[in-house]
Amino acid sequence: MSSSYEARFRVWRGDVGGGALEDFGVEVNEGEVVLDIIHRLQATQAPDLAVRWNCKAGKCGSCSAEINGRPRLLCMTRMSVFTREETVTVTPLRAFPVVRDLVTDVGFNYTKAREVPAFVPPGGVGPGEYRMMQEDVDRPQEFRKCIECFLCQDTCHVVRDHEENKTAFAGPRFLMRVAELDMHPLDAAGESGLDRRRTAQDEHGLGYCNITKCCTEVCPEGIRITDNALIPLKERAADRKYDPLVWLGSKIRRRSPGE
Amino acid sequence: MATGTEPQPKSSTRGGVRGGTRAAISAPHLRTDRWWLAPAATAAGLLAFVVYSTWRAFANTDYYAAPYVSPFYSPCLAENCEPMRNGPNWEIFGSWWGLSPALLVLIFPLGFRLTCYYYRKAYYRGFWASPPACAVAEPHRKYTGETRFPLVLQNMHRYFFYAAVPVAGILTYDTVLAFRDEHYAWGHMGLGTLVFLVNIVLIWAYTFSCHSCRHIVGGKLRHFSKHPVRYRAWQLAGRLNARHMQLAWASLISVALADFYVYLVASGAFDDPRFF
Repeated sequence: MSSSYEARFRVWRGDVGGGALEDFGVEVNEGEVVLDIIHRLQATQAPDLAVRWNCKAGKCGSCSAEINGRPRLLCMTRMSVFTREETVTVTPLRAFPVVRDLVTDVGFNYTKAREVPAFVPPGGVGPGEYRMMQEDVDRPQEFRKCIECFLCQDTCHVVRDHEENKTAFAGPRFLMRVAELDMHPLDAAGESGLDRRRTAQDEHGLGYCNITKCCTEVCPEGIRITDNALIPLKERAADRKYDPLVWLGSKIRRRSPGE
Repeated sequence: MATGTEPQPKSSTRGGVRGGTRAAISAPHLRTDRWWLAPAATAAGLLAFVVYSTWRAFANTDYYAAPYVSPFYSPCLAENCEPMRNGPNWEIFGSWWGLSPALLVLIFPLGFRLTCYYYRKAYYRGFWASPPACAVAEPHRKYTGETRFPLVLQNMHRYFFYAAVPVAGILTYDTVLAFRDEHYAWGHMGLGTLVFLVNIVLIWAYTFSCHSCRHIVGGKLRHFSKHPVRYRAWQLAGRLNARHMQLAWASLISVALADFYVYLVASGAFDDPRFF
């Protein structure tokens, strides 16, 4: 069997005013990924096809799109996962406003990022003096693998299927950011009066998450977002808001449940 | 974004992926795989268990065949329970309880599984289609998740975990009792003992793999380095937690099988083969 063949592609073309899926026949060679094919389309048949990309190595998070209805990175989806007879459908992320063709406006995510209060430096410890044990930073380090491709934000049905929830819900990526900071061994938010556990529920919409794990399924970095960030954060929020025993314990022992 | 390229909303009566400024695609999803298989299989499996357990819980018969007691009826908390020699009879509800005694105790494991983070995913997807599968549009017009009553009560999962631990302890006791023969002589083992052993191992593994358990034993801590024992416990719970779904199904099936085994023996349909 020849290593090259012509694949059938359907690519969404259009902008905010409207658009449609357009059919293409395009050459595919062994070892190529979907982004290679999109680039070949640009080079040979659709020079004005808009696509956002950068590193081609699954590390910049730019080329997020939906391939056969599944949120994926164009550069990390091998053509070999499809049969030669299969039509490959490529659309922009469907949770965000479209700009043109495969490019969407992901500004929602930057708005949500700004709503999460930053790391609060501990008092009395200067730059270069931070000391942390590896076992204390293992958990937040997993979340630092995030490349901000926003595939989890795109697939989360809370905002994907309900535009009206975008105001109240930060989405898995930024709830994971809250969890990362709350688990950070040196974050002094509590001392400065910021209760990240309470605000996760009250201000970032943690209660909207019904832990159906689509964020974990689509994460190209393999971060266990639901099990390691969202559910632990839900448990921490429950400590604050829904568990009278923990509340009583914190009053009697006069220390936070995390210590 | 360059000036002047900001998307302007177009009029649309539909929401979600087909509304507002999103790419104009009329299909609710474009998935080509058999995405419906997993939620359908999950719903079918859960439904089968619900039907079976409802029948057995209300049946109030064939739940004890010395030395085995059905896990659905243990502990037996009413006076109308069958007498079980050294068994889990604990008549704290006295004689006024006229219904099946299984109903008194099943509420705890039922609540534990109903509020379990895995089962929530399973039934939200399988029964409520919220969402039916990833990137498949859900049919509901509004969504408030677990922010309101009654779903905000899912946050009580840890209390059901606390209740599930003594229930698992009693089932462990029942498994020890299963090392007797039908005349209550110790040091024997039958096929039923093996069924009970497998069941109790899976029950404990499922219980300790619980996300609330993982939080309680150590996940709530900020500095693992100051709590080495709890750190080890958290690591162990984490390893089990990675298999929470598999353990949820395995223990659900094993508990139903253990009950069914007792039913077969108690009803006389099957003789318990004795190993020694």
